[in-house]
This record gives sequence, C-alpha cells and structure tokens, in this order.
Amino acid sequence: MNANPNGKPPLKVRLATTSLAGCFGCHMSLLDIDERLFELAGLAEFDRSPFTDIKQCGPCDIALIEGGVCNSENVHVLRELRANAKILVAVGACAINGGVPALRNRLKIGDILDKVYRDDSGEVHIPDDPELPASLDKIYPINEIVRIDYFLPGCPPSGDAIWKYLTDLILGRVPRLDHQLLHYD
Amino acid sequence: MTELLFNIDDLPVPFKPGQTILEAAKAAGVFVPHLCHHPRLKPHGGCKLCTVVVNGRTQSACTYKVAAGQEVDIDTPELNAMRRSLVQLLFIEGNHFCPTCEKTGACELQALGYEYEMLSPHFAEFYPADREVDASHPDVLIDRNRCIMCERCVRASRDIDGKNVFGIAGRGGKATLAINSPTGKLADSDFAVTDSAAHICPVGAILVKRNGFATPIGERAYDAHPISDSVNVCEIAEEAK
Amino acid sequence: MASLESALIPILAKYRGDPTALLQILREAQEALDWISPETEILVASALQIPLTQVKSVTQFYAHLYDHNRGKYRILFSDNITDRMAGSVALFERMQAHFGVEPGQTSADGLVSIDLTPCTGLCDHGAAMLVNSIAIGRLDAERIDEIAALVKARKPLAKWPAELFAIDDNIHREVTLTGIPYVPGSGLDAAIRLGRAGMFDEIKRAALRGRGGAGFPTATKIEGARNAPGVQKYIVCNADEGEPGTFKDRVLLTSFSTRVLEGMAIAAYAAGAAKGFIYLRSEYQYLRAKLQREIEEMRASGRLGVSIRGAPGFDFDVEIHMGAGAYICGEGTAQIESLEGKPGRPRVKPPSMVIRGYKGMPTIVDNVETLAHLTEIALEGGASFARRGTRASTGTKLLSVSGDCERPGVYEYEFGVTIGRVLHDCGAVAPIAVQVGGASGVLITPDEFSRKIAFEDVSTAGAFMIFGPDRDIFEVARNFAHFFAHESCGFCTPCRVGTTVQKNLMDKIAEGRGSRYEVNDLMRLTDFMRRTSHCGLGESAGNAVRDTWLKFRPAFERRLVPHDFAPQVDLDAALEPTRLATHRDDAAAHIPAEG
Repeated sequence: MNANPNGKPPLKVRLATTSLAGCFGCHMSLLDIDERLFELAGLAEFDRSPFTDIKQCGPCDIALIEGGVCNSENVHVLRELRANAKILVAVGACAINGGVPALRNRLKIGDILDKVYRDDSGEVHIPDDPELPASLDKIYPINEIVRIDYFLPGCPPSGDAIWKYLTDLILGRVPRLDHQLLHYD
Repeated sequence: MTELLFNIDDLPVPFKPGQTILEAAKAAGVFVPHLCHHPRLKPHGGCKLCTVVVNGRTQSACTYKVAAGQEVDIDTPELNAMRRSLVQLLFIEGNHFCPTCEKTGACELQALGYEYEMLSPHFAEFYPADREVDASHPDVLIDRNRCIMCERCVRASRDIDGKNVFGIAGRGGKATLAINSPTGKLADSDFAVTDSAAHICPVGAILVKRNGFATPIGERAYDAHPISDSVNVCEIAEEAK
Repeated sequence: MASLESALIPILAKYRGDPTALLQILREAQEALDWISPETEILVASALQIPLTQVKSVTQFYAHLYDHNRGKYRILFSDNITDRMAGSVALFERMQAHFGVEPGQTSADGLVSIDLTPCTGLCDHGAAMLVNSIAIGRLDAERIDEIAALVKARKPLAKWPAELFAIDDNIHREVTLTGIPYVPGSGLDAAIRLGRAGMFDEIKRAALRGRGGAGFPTATKIEGARNAPGVQKYIVCNADEGEPGTFKDRVLLTSFSTRVLEGMAIAAYAAGAAKGFIYLRSEYQYLRAKLQREIEEMRASGRLGVSIRGAPGFDFDVEIHMGAGAYICGEGTAQIESLEGKPGRPRVKPPSMVIRGYKGMPTIVDNVETLAHLTEIALEGGASFARRGTRASTGTKLLSVSGDCERPGVYEYEFGVTIGRVLHDCGAVAPIAVQVGGASGVLITPDEFSRKIAFEDVSTAGAFMIFGPDRDIFEVARNFAHFFAHESCGFCTPCRVGTTVQKNLMDKIAEGRGSRYEVNDLMRLTDFMRRTSHCGLGESAGNAVRDTWLKFRPAFERRLVPHDFAPQVDLDAALEPTRLATHRDDAAAHIPAEG
C-alpha cells in the first residue's frame, strides 16, 4: 500500500466477520492466508469478529458473513452487521445457498424438534428457555434476509480466494475470481 | 466444390449441409454450452444453454440447422448473461448443495456456473421438499434433488440401451423423473450399471455407487481447465469416471 | 364401481389396443372408475405394450386426470380473473365449508373434492365450475347450496336439474358468420363446383388468416400440406380454446358446428386430406355428444365419408379427440403430441406441422373460427370475403367480451373495429383497461382505445376482458402469473422455472414485501423468458406483468416497501412452528419487522 504523503499511518479499513449457521470453516480458511495475515493487519483492523471477541459491531467498512440463517439470533446478528457495514459479503456455500444445514429444509422444524428431543420412553422435552435462539422454519441464504453486496463462494473458499477477493475490495478493484479460485465446493 | 461457410461471432466457419449450429461450431473448435445435448443422443432443445442469436433471432444451437451466410452470435456478453441466469434458475429449482454431492468437480452444471462466473444463484431458493431419493438399486443411486430435467437418461435408455427405464411424469415445475417399474423403484426395473443411461447424467442425479469422491481435488474433470477449454464437454466428464 | 378389468376391457377393445389412443383410454377409464389407480396404469401399460412411465407421463401431465382418488364428484371452480370479479372466491369457500375439505383434498368419505382450474370458457356466465368435467355457470350462493345438496344426496350427474347446465350463446352482434343462415351442404357443393385447385385459389384470394391469434395465412398452410409428400394428410380443428377470457369457439361449436365441420371438409378438399380431428378441450366435454351426433348425421347424409356429395375422390371423415386440462395443447405441435396420446409438449420446429405433423404426416391445425370462415369463402368467393375487414386482416372476427360491461357475450365485427367501439357496444362504463388476447395478450389503456382489432394493430384470438374503475390491475397480472406457472409444460428451463419465479415475485409484492428490486428482477425475467423460451407460452408468460408495470405503475407502487429491500419471507411467521413446538411466546421467540 502507498505510503501516506503526510507521514501519518495509512488509513485502515474496518473489518467485521461472523459465522451464522456455518461451521467456522470459512474463518479457518481466512487464517489459511498464513503470512499474509501480517499484510492484512496493515490494511485492516477488526471490529466484531471471533478474532477480537468484540460482541457489538460498530461502524465498519466490510463485513464477511459465513453461514446461512437458521434462527432468530442469526437474524439479529445479520441485521446488526447490515446496519453497520458499508459492504456485506456472503462468504461460503452456506451463506450463499444454505449449504449443508439447508439439508434440513425438506423436513418440518416441528417434526425435527419432536424427533430430537424425544427420549427412550417416548416423552418429548423440547427446551423452551427464552435464552435459546428460536429456530426458523427453514435455513435461509443470507441474501434472502438482508441486502448482500458481494458473494464469495466455496466450501470453504480457499485462503487464496479470500485473499484475492478481500484485497480487491479493500484496494477498490472489482472483485473477481479466475477459474482456479472459483469453486462451489 | 466451394466450401460452405457461415459466420460465428463475425468469423467465417465451414459447415456441412444438414449440420446443426452446435455440430458445426464443435467441428470448428468453437465452444457452445449445453446440458441436455449429448453427441450420442438426438437433439432435444430443452435446457436452452445453447441459445445463440441467428440473424438477429434467438435459437437453440443444438436443433437449429446451419445455412450458408448465416450470422451466428455465440460468445457475447448478453448471451453469456442469459446463460448465467439459466444456470441460476436450475440451481434454485432443485437442491444443489455442491459440497455434499459426489459429482462435484465433474458436474457440467457446476462447470457452467464457473464458466459464466456465477457467484450466487440470485433468485430465491425453491428448496423443494418432495424430491425422492431412490437408493434401491444395488449399483446406482438416483437423487432427484439434483435432477435438471435434461432427459439425457430418458433418451439414452430408450435410444441407446433399448430399455425405456426412465420417463418424465408431471407437468411444469412438478415434473419428475419416473422409473419404469411397478413400484417406481429402480431396483425393480431392468436397469443395469452397464447401461449407458447410468453414465450420462450431467449432474449428480444418477450416480454409480461405491465410487464417491474417488478423484482427488485438483484432478477432477473441471478442476484444471474451464469447461469451455474443450468442445467435447460430455466426453470429458465420462472419461473422468 | 365396476371391477377394474370389466371396466377397462371394453375401453381397450374400443381403441383396439392403439397406444396413440392412450389419452382417450385414460379419460374413459377415469369416467368409469373415478380415478386412475396404479393398478389401472399397470393394466393399461401392459395391454398397450408400452412402458409404465409412458402411462404415468400422460396421467400426470393433464390436470383433469387424477392419479389419486379425488372422489365421486370432482368439483373444479373456474379461476380466471373474470370469475374472481364475479365473486368466485367466496363461492369456492362456501362450497368448501359445505364439505369441510381443503382445496385439492378428497373428503374422508371419498365423496367429493374441490379445487381450482384455469378459465373454463364461461366468462359470459359469471362464476363457473366443472363437475366431473361438465360445465355449470352463473354460480351464486343459492346454486352452490343446491349443488352441495345434490352431491350430499349422491345423485348421479345425469339426474341433476337440466337448468344447472344451461349455457347460452349470448351473441350480441352478428355480421356474416353468425348472421347469415347456413344451409347444410351448401359450402361443400360450392367447393366441389370450384374444384380442389379452384377452392384453394379462393382461399388465397380471400387472404384468410388464422383466427387463433398468430394470423398465419391459411392458404400457405394448405398449400404446404398439399405439396408435402405423405400417404395420409390430416386436418385438425383446434377447439382447445384455453386462453383465459375466450369462449367464442364454444359458441361456434354449439350453434355453428355445421359451418365448422363443413369448413374442415373444405380445407381437406383443398389440401388433399382425408382425415380430420376435432381436438376438443376437456372443459367443453358437454358439447361432445352433440358434435358426435352431428358427425353421424353428416355421414348419413353424405356430407362426410367417401365421395362426399357424390364428388369422386372427396373422402373425408372426422373424429373427436378430447383434451384433459392443459392450456399448452392449444399450441399446434403440442396438440399433435396430445393427439398421438402423449403429454402435450411442443415439438422442435422446423420441421413445420404441414410437413411432418400427426404421425409424421402433413397436418394442418386450424382454429375453429378459421375453419368456419371457409364455408363463407366457398359460397361467396375470396374476393367478396376480402372486401370485409382491412387489407391485411380480411373478413370478420368474433370477440369474446367479458368483465365489467352490461352485455358480456360474443360480438362479430369486421376486422379494423376500434376497441372503443366494442366497449361502447357492450355497455362498458368508464373502463380503465381491456386485456385483449387473454393472459398472453396485451393490456390496453384508455389512451389506446382508438386502436384497432386487426393483425396489423391489436392481434387477438378473441378474448376481450374489460376492467372497470374499481378493479386492481395488479391482481389481474398476478392471476395470469399463477396461470402460466400452472400451465408451463416443463420442457424448457426458462419457462419451467421462470414462470414459478415470476409467480413467487408477484406474490411477494402482493404480501407487501416487495421493493423496486423485485420489480427490476421481474422486468429482467420477463424479457429473458420472452427471448429464450421454447414456445409461445414462455415467450408471452411475462406480457401481463410487464404491461401492468409499464401502464399501471401505481397498482404496483402502492404495494412496494419504501426501502430497497424486504426479506424473502415474513420472518416472524417463520418462527411460528418453533413457537408451537416449544410453547414459547417470549420476545426472543419473535422477530420484529425492520422499519
């Protein structure tokens, strides 16, 4: 990145990340950029993210969202990030089309809860603590819940793909993935 | 005799009388995307991926015959955008979860998604809940969640294998792959893993069992090269098996 | 109910085990057995020596064939926008309440099922329904109660009061086709006097164009079939009048069937065809017996059969073929597929039907009205015929006028009549729009009422639905969007998936969760379907939505959310199953709407 003509430290973009109904694999893949993490630290600082443990997102430039939307909490988190980030990026298969969790979409959520919480004697004890997020009837891709600006597919997208896409965004290029980096698996 | 010519994207291309646009383009090494078409089968014209513009009008390259002097547009930004929309519609219509599909890496639908830089399916997902999986057959699995209604298996079973194992039942969005047996199960039909219909599916709807994820990532049909690198699309995927 | 074998054997025998009669066999099997069970399918497949999948493909393609038991009485409410304007939704609910069944479900006692079906061609008869494919119009609360009582009493349909089934012609304007009495045989005699070549020349001189909407020159079709090689050639009368809002063919087949049938013979004479079919839509089942009687009378009086009217070599006979609830079968090549006993999926063109049609032989598929006009041309000559109408659109045209007007019914005009004139004649008060040409047609607004009904201006098969000042045009377009999603045959991707996406987007907007984003998506989608679909159905499936956005923007806009995005679903409603399962109703078990 170009040195700042005034000698001040370069302006960093503020980055948030979160995992909704995902497996954190996309976050692991972000860490797979290896030594480029140092370069990233020079370009960006993290707001709400598992890397910072910041619980509430403040105003930021880019938010990376992993995972689809499966419950009320996912909706709240997603809305919080949409309200604070200039650019929302759907990262990975689950955020983009529900992915593996969406395999439950062919079943009714009531039937699933009944089956999962039925004990050997046949009694059903579905947890009803208000602390627990309530499940939506289906898993939804995040673009069906809030406006999404960019999509970065992959399960997970490789570290190289994330690096290319993210640096394109940070440096003001149109993000594009060539054949080697574009994957749905 | 002078060579017969028509134009693809403003360049002259030779053809033989009776050839379709797709056949002539392929002979000249020009890629035309397609899903329902297969060189061993009669042209079908349903998937519309091969939509091209012929003298200003859209046509299906797989069924439309070439004529001398025809102006055919194939690789234009506008047509490619339409093809991306078609791939997106096919993705949202079924349950296409690439990471869990054994066909991933050798799937023609997926490869066309890459070809047209589809980053998301764009339209709201249908998430159909009534698509049946048929694992009854000892050697072959049918997962209708991934079926794209190209009817390659229907035609291959009828016209190559001489068996009529498959058919399409139902109308419009309710159409499904039907199996010719009293129970509707594949095991009760005269289907065999040696049938050409077992190996002709462009997606992961018909899979040979005990064969899953056999090819390492990086060596699968469309890992190294985009689908457009070869005009012999179907043959590549079949060789990869 | 008769036993399976004893019911099916005579039907299979009647059609001599001919697989191309599959659709007819299944229809009649259903009449005898109420539905098509898996056992029926297996028996039919083995008797015809065809794959079971082929039988299933037909059973499941046609909406009026049932592979589930839908009861002794299968009631289908016509669901065109004109039915809705006549109060059909409340009547539908009233009928459901009588039996406590959900739409499409069969009552527990196996007595009745109640569902919706697209336009039944009775738009001039208020709300309408079909009971076991037989039409009943002018529905009101009283009629619903009467019908429910008859069903509860298990009274056979044949013993229901005849006035229930009364269908009128409602012709309010006559010119030549409906106005000049026709002497049976006169058109045939005139054609024979002209000779085959002479008759063809008169059709050409008349510049007759197809009345099904596309306006293809009839003489070109006849010439194509005449010159095409083929041991047998066919004339098909396209009586699959499925376009929502049209019913003029119903009237022609009721009261002008002599003209239609003799018109078929004249076309056959000019083209050198010896066999004809009437492809009659399922909804007009009630007309079948009458048409069959007339065909038999014509045979008896030498107007059909061998050497018609004594002209050596003029051999022609007609068979009625029933449809079974599929709009797409109005498309020529889909109709031929259906005639061959298959699902009605449009064929790849070329080759055209006049080269390779029914059973691979040259085939002319013409609209009912087009064929009827041939009797006029035979009698008065092409030049005289061509003096009516405009230069590019000769003769007269029947319009099916319905919706908000004092006198719905059939109106005959010379081509070139203005839309405003029709509106005046039928007593439309302050209309805000007319949908000309049905669901696939064009939406006409008051500033266009001076436009003409003609192939060169507003082309139509005859549907003319009028909307008064209180009507919501968005709901009209949404009704049509549902229609196309129901009727797409499924052969090609853009129509199969696109019509459902269009329907879903219209529903999302109707539910108050649509933004400009959805509208823009709809506009891209309709353009995309028009350009990439396999046949006219997909090409025109977005017309009504597009026209409504372009011409009735406020009807859309007042439903749109002010921001640029709304979720795909009502998120709080999406938590309802979990609230039910967990018995929770705390704040965390709800999602407030964003505002």
